[in-house]
Amino acid sequence: MMNVSIDLLINALVAGVLLGGFYAAVTIGVSISFGILDIVNIAHPAFIILGSYIAYILNARLGIDPIVASLIMLPAFYGLGGLVYQIYHAAFERHGQESLRGLAFFFGLLFITEVVLILGFGVDYRYVTASYIGPSLHWGVVDLPLRMLVPCLVSLALFIALQAFLSGTFIGRAIMAVAQDQLALQLMACSPRQIKRIAFAISIATTSIAGALLIVIQPVEPSIGREYIGRVFAICVLGGLGSLPGMLIGAMLVGIVESLTSTFYGPSWAPAVAFGFLLITLALRPAGLLGR
Amino acid sequence: MGFRVFLLICVVLAAGVFGMARFIGNDYAFFAGYVVLQFIVMAQAWNILGGYTGYVNFGSAAFFALGAYTAVFFHKFHPLPIPLLMGLGGVVSGLAGLGMGYLALRLRGAFFAIATLALAVVLQTLVVNWNYVGGSRGAYVIRPESAWLIGNYVHYLFLLMLALAVLAIVTARTIERSRLGYGFAAIRDDELAAEAAGVPTLRLKLIATTLSGAFMGMAGAPFPYYIGYVQPTAAFGLDYAVNAIAMPMIGGTGTWIGPLVGAILVASLQQWATVTISSELSLLVVGFLLVGFVIVAPGGIVGLVGRYLPASRGGRKSKRADAP
Repeated sequence: MMNVSIDLLINALVAGVLLGGFYAAVTIGVSISFGILDIVNIAHPAFIILGSYIAYILNARLGIDPIVASLIMLPAFYGLGGLVYQIYHAAFERHGQESLRGLAFFFGLLFITEVVLILGFGVDYRYVTASYIGPSLHWGVVDLPLRMLVPCLVSLALFIALQAFLSGTFIGRAIMAVAQDQLALQLMACSPRQIKRIAFAISIATTSIAGALLIVIQPVEPSIGREYIGRVFAICVLGGLGSLPGMLIGAMLVGIVESLTSTFYGPSWAPAVAFGFLLITLALRPAGLLGR
Repeated sequence: MGFRVFLLICVVLAAGVFGMARFIGNDYAFFAGYVVLQFIVMAQAWNILGGYTGYVNFGSAAFFALGAYTAVFFHKFHPLPIPLLMGLGGVVSGLAGLGMGYLALRLRGAFFAIATLALAVVLQTLVVNWNYVGGSRGAYVIRPESAWLIGNYVHYLFLLMLALAVLAIVTARTIERSRLGYGFAAIRDDELAAEAAGVPTLRLKLIATTLSGAFMGMAGAPFPYYIGYVQPTAAFGLDYAVNAIAMPMIGGTGTWIGPLVGAILVASLQQWATVTISSELSLLVVGFLLVGFVIVAPGGIVGLVGRYLPASRGGRKSKRADAP
């Protein structure tokens, strides 16, 4: 009996780490848009679901692997992100009244995306086929389902690539700088608006990959994105705004605690975990774990 | 216009609406009208917090659902008359609003908005796991055949919602013209400056969140009797949250007229589109209207009218001149 529950605990922990890795891919875009640019893009999860559906279409019609499909679609999502930022900037940011109306703007985008997907595809669950969906690796008592392991690894690769980009390239450093001092950036002959557009476009581009990973992990229907709104912001705030490593730790924490909760108390309680975390973090330490 | 005159006008208008609906005698008019009235209350309630103090609440659906589930709970526990249930729903949601107000203590701007979303999901999880009120399966509420004096039960619910809408409108207008309303506006424009000038921001924020939550709860309490079947995903649905934000935004925030105009327009449009096209498409229309209005017409319909109507231009212009 004891052995069984220890096995269960180990497996729940492993599943939590894999889940957390995936959450990092879901959150990394918000970490850039909300954490660095101060743009409260609550429509981010809706873009992720859009990514899921595009991966689904390419997979079902052309038989392309969903993750490869998401990489093909990266430029399209990058362009979409640039476009959304242009509208946001022209309508709200320029006038300095982005808070209330900007929030309503993104809320509307979220809602429109969801309803359009429902109109186009109905509320049925959609799924993709790929060779790594199904089999598991076994290592002692530990099960490593490939459909969790592959997204986790892709997500970590995305994290490393973005972290290297932000800290190693000129544009990446300019993005980090735009959060701190726009005037200084202008004195370095950089347009803050252009840098912000690039950064926001990158944040939306990540939703292409995150969407593909999501539909690899679980079947997707249009309204599933709502569950992720609170979760991504919880992870983002938990890790500390503007800190990518903090975000990764936050994602792991939420993943592990959710996995333990659903293993020992039942899956229906899992959504409350992230929000509980969020409320506690906001109340006790609004700066987050590794906040700036 | 004094408070009493305004109240009288509202009551007379409401009586006219009810009389008209009875005269038409079409039950569908009552069904559709109930929804429009319900959204007038929701829009006014959202506006008390969002429009007056500038705190965006994305969790309106949760307060509405709390009211509805209060009614479900008492329906199972011991059936009570609906006006009483509305009061109880208001108390429960008002307390939840007070709790949310304590969050607003520490959180400003976007953080508060995200926290309200989080609160909505926590409450939904609690209800989903609470079997007494039906859990995730939902609960059936069989409404009585007829009501005392009125006859048809839907007519009775319509009348109650009409009364609540009048109460919400009169409350909103009274707040706007009182010290409370000026305090709210001060918080919205510059909370730090308001605090420095001696405005009791904490107490005012708590009043705003409690009032706003209470009205949403009162709007939700008759809902199970209206619809007959309540399910968490429907009661906590995003539609209510979106509508509660979209209506004041489209009508114009900051005054009681805006949410009223927005709610009547958008809810009627939705009812019409649901019947003629499809319910999904009607929601899409609301989404596009919301995005379109926040981009193009920040002041909503009321703002547009103010811009083009010469009568109120003077006031507008002097305001513009102060702006940087």
